[in-house]
Amino acid sequence: MSGAFRIPSAGRLKQAKTAGFSFDGRSYTGIEGDTLASALLANGVHLVGRSFKYHRPRGFLSAGVEEPNALVQIVRDDARKTPNVRATVQELYDGLAANSQNRWPSLAFDVGAVNDIASPMFSAGFYYKTFMWPKAAWKSLYEPRIREAAGLGVSPDKPDPDHYSSRYAHCDVLVLGGGAAGIAAALAAAETGVLVILADEQAEFGGSLRFESGAKIDGQDGFGWAQAAIAKLSAMDNVRVLSRTTAFGYYAQNFVGLVERVSDHLKAPGHDLPRERLWQVRAKRVVLASGAIERHMVFADNDRPGIMLAGAARTFLNHYGVAVGRNVGVYTANDSAYAAAIDLKKAGVNVAAIVDLRDHPTGPVIDEARALGIEVNFGRAVIRAGGKLRVSSMTVQPKNGGGERTIPVDAILMSAGWTPSVHLFSQSRGKVAFNDETKRFVPGTYAQDCVSVGACNGTDGLSASVDEAYAAGAKAAKDAGAKIAKGTKPKVDASESWSRGMLGAAPGAGPDKTVKAFVDFQNDVTAKDIRQAVHEGMRSIEHVKRFTTNGMATDQGKTSNMHGLAIAAETLGKPIPEVGLTTFRAPYTPVTFGAIVSHARGPLFDPTRKTAIHPWAAAQGAVFEDVGQWKRAWYFPKGGEDMHAAVDRECVAVRTKAGLFDASTLGKIEVVGPDAAKFMELLYTNPWEKLEPGRCRYGIMLREDGFIYDDGVVGRLTPDRFHVTTTTGGAPRVMNHMEDYLQTEFPHLNVWLTSITEQWAVIAVQGPKSRDIIAPLVEGIDMSDEGLPHMSVREGKICGVPTRLFRMSFTGERGFEVNVPADYGRAVWEALWAEGQKHGAVAYGTEAMHVLRAEKGYIIVGQDTDGTVTPNDAGLDWAVGKKKTDFVGIRGMARPDLVAKGRKQLVGLKTKDPKVVLEEGAQIVENPQQAIPMKMIGHVTSSYWSENCGRSIALALVAGGRDRMGDTLYVPMPNGVIEVEVTGMVFFDETGGRLNG
Amino acid sequence: MLLIRCPYCEEERPELEFRNAGEAHIARSANIAGESDDDFEKFFFIRSNPKGIIYERWRHMHGCARFFNAVRDTVTDKFVMTYKAGEPKPSKLPGAAK
Ligand SMILES: [Zn+2]
Repeated sequence: MSGAFRIPSAGRLKQAKTAGFSFDGRSYTGIEGDTLASALLANGVHLVGRSFKYHRPRGFLSAGVEEPNALVQIVRDDARKTPNVRATVQELYDGLAANSQNRWPSLAFDVGAVNDIASPMFSAGFYYKTFMWPKAAWKSLYEPRIREAAGLGVSPDKPDPDHYSSRYAHCDVLVLGGGAAGIAAALAAAETGVLVILADEQAEFGGSLRFESGAKIDGQDGFGWAQAAIAKLSAMDNVRVLSRTTAFGYYAQNFVGLVERVSDHLKAPGHDLPRERLWQVRAKRVVLASGAIERHMVFADNDRPGIMLAGAARTFLNHYGVAVGRNVGVYTANDSAYAAAIDLKKAGVNVAAIVDLRDHPTGPVIDEARALGIEVNFGRAVIRAGGKLRVSSMTVQPKNGGGERTIPVDAILMSAGWTPSVHLFSQSRGKVAFNDETKRFVPGTYAQDCVSVGACNGTDGLSASVDEAYAAGAKAAKDAGAKIAKGTKPKVDASESWSRGMLGAAPGAGPDKTVKAFVDFQNDVTAKDIRQAVHEGMRSIEHVKRFTTNGMATDQGKTSNMHGLAIAAETLGKPIPEVGLTTFRAPYTPVTFGAIVSHARGPLFDPTRKTAIHPWAAAQGAVFEDVGQWKRAWYFPKGGEDMHAAVDRECVAVRTKAGLFDASTLGKIEVVGPDAAKFMELLYTNPWEKLEPGRCRYGIMLREDGFIYDDGVVGRLTPDRFHVTTTTGGAPRVMNHMEDYLQTEFPHLNVWLTSITEQWAVIAVQGPKSRDIIAPLVEGIDMSDEGLPHMSVREGKICGVPTRLFRMSFTGERGFEVNVPADYGRAVWEALWAEGQKHGAVAYGTEAMHVLRAEKGYIIVGQDTDGTVTPNDAGLDWAVGKKKTDFVGIRGMARPDLVAKGRKQLVGLKTKDPKVVLEEGAQIVENPQQAIPMKMIGHVTSSYWSENCGRSIALALVAGGRDRMGDTLYVPMPNGVIEVEVTGMVFFDETGGRLNG
Repeated sequence: MLLIRCPYCEEERPELEFRNAGEAHIARSANIAGESDDDFEKFFFIRSNPKGIIYERWRHMHGCARFFNAVRDTVTDKFVMTYKAGEPKPSKLPGAAK
């Protein structure tokens, strides 16, 4: 048996196919095709959650995505614990395990419910008012407590083992919503042969045909017609039918994001299926057929479990064969609730009474209800619901006051009318218009190539909806280029028609200040909260929304927005359109990070770049560091060395013998053409016209504002060819910067730019033995100091392959940088390594490289500069061509503030205690005795232990630094103040003799 | 995601292929070194930041790599037109009332 509340004669599920499941550890039986909600209701379970703020017991409000209450945690295994799943959406599978949320220790007895009693404390704006002071307490005290108390579900603590996929799609007509209107539109478009995608969030198509027992189309019952139509569409080559697929966002130029739930409904999905699939669809035309959402009645204690939307009760009965109670009451301001009462009555459920707020409604459903013997009361209100964990009664009163009457019930079905789902239309930047007669916002001005049809367009009645949708589908196809139109419009034989309903608070909602008449169930916002917000001065609906949090929960106010707006408008004494609707934002329903991220996680999150020599370094046991996307060998520990010992050894070896360093990540750009030198003159501060082919120069690139942007050694290979190097991280932006100027400011120059970073592997060989290591392998290059002096470049061969051999040094030692085509990088490295072994050479990593260059005072752009440092600040005035009349940055550099006295300048720092190594980023002060906050005059940019100097060394930016040589400054640290002396930037071999050593 | 027409590729391509490069039609002086502080301030720092039509530079970064100019409405995000770098600022926009 699949539950005591299952009615075998009702619904569409196959009774025989049962599925076992558990909720809060208790076992139940449902039927395949159930949602978790229908399966629980079949077993008489209404209490499924506790509310967010007051911890009030909550049941199911709806049967669909608009559900604000029945949020549960679905647990598949240790890593798959999905919180905040709407039980009304989650399809049942055998073995499903769900837990309630936001309660402790149990759902029936929840300690947090004390918030409900203490609720005057928690009124609108409570968070803003109460936790303002002291400021420090917010982070340490208030926020953690609030988060703990107000948590919605528990996030899984293990990595998500599921995978997600992502697809792009293009189509002519995209139809969003697979109810009668959407299907009709899709049929009309599909029959013309254009490419159609039809998507619906439900497992089965049909929309409201799932509960509209009175609908007949083409001679069949409505739901049966929908299934036949979907079968037909699915069989067409030009149509893609996507069920369980929610359009969550409508972006520019008909770009729509959809999420398809591929395997959440399966017992054992298997790893070949993604959990979800993100569809990014670009459509020529979009047809919106997103339907309407029923509103609840706003009255006291309208949140008791068992009180739900009438349409939901009807869905549970007519689709799932579940009675939501045995003795139900109905509270309505609208005809559609009568249909629910009639269907339940016919299925054998007692309908205690229909309470209708309207004075004299007439119509066939009212007559039919009466004919079935249901008590119908007009002009009356339900002013209160009884019961706590489950509704037990409704108290009825004439709407203008008078005697009360309490009627025992075990469920209340309510309907205040239907709100067109204009979410996607609004996201498309369309402007909604308020229809004063029907009191609803409907699509007004369109901003994109889309059209709304059916209930979301405010079209009433099945027949009118199908007509409108079919015509719109055909037109969309034609607009998208369809040549032919054929096919026949579905014929609606019978349909239901509903009148309007009401907005805002019903009589039972107060004005009593203690009454809790909920407007927004998920965020626990009541009618009085909204009134209070207005009384406290909120005038704009956007302010009311933020102050009360109405409509700000994950349900995005699907059931609450219109009521909240109407109450605010009434309190303000303004008509609704003047108060205005809050903005609809994507996503329509919550979207998992998994779906958005798809495969772009772990190693696929960002490309990893490795040099040709990387495998060699890895085999040597190198420790790598990330530099942008690059993996760079950081240091090469030997025999259990720690980083410190390895770096010390590498640094000493380079200065006493030699070292090999993989510099392949260095950015490289070839600047070629008759005007190459002219271009270089404009992009770098240095003069280039007179640089002879075969010579190199250290170049500085500025931005137009005069600050250092990049640097690097540039070799002139021939009069029209420069081999430019950039910083490792700077290569792409330097290339962009060069292209920008070449294409837009200096297009008259005849120059081509080519990125060659990955074409050339670069092996730096540095140290007194460097020439001895290289020379035996080189052909065609004079390796003498006369033939290949410092700062020169030659083309020739090494190990038989082409090389651009630079004589240059970033260590201060005699040095070379061997460029070879990347494919030969590893082979040449190994040949040089073998040669190096004869001379005691080491492989050194980026850390030793940093130390060695700091010993020489060579800066690293981005470490010793920060985008506010001029060449003069960095002590690089010598690299600025004094006679030049133009280069990028020449004017910016001359701005008053950039030539003012007292600017921060790069200097060296020596700690008075040579053993103390400063922290990079540490602040520098003149007088450590001054009161806090102290006046900071600079900061440490680079700091290392230098084994070669036998002491610590540091570079720093210090205000007026070059005028402070020999001065004592102070670096206050948590464990005391460190005394430092201001020095020049060169700590080793000040005369530079070792470059030719 | 926007579709942007590259005037060099003569094709509408997804926004992901492009990168914005700031306001267009701001000429760098041929005698920039001789510019006054005020003129340099106008050239380098001051931007129109309009609500409505903006003339701006884009680069077809992951396509032909060319810089070009575009007219875009900052309110609707809609591209009115695109044109090649170096071409004059259009005096009349397509679809404009006058
Ligand atoms: Zn292009």
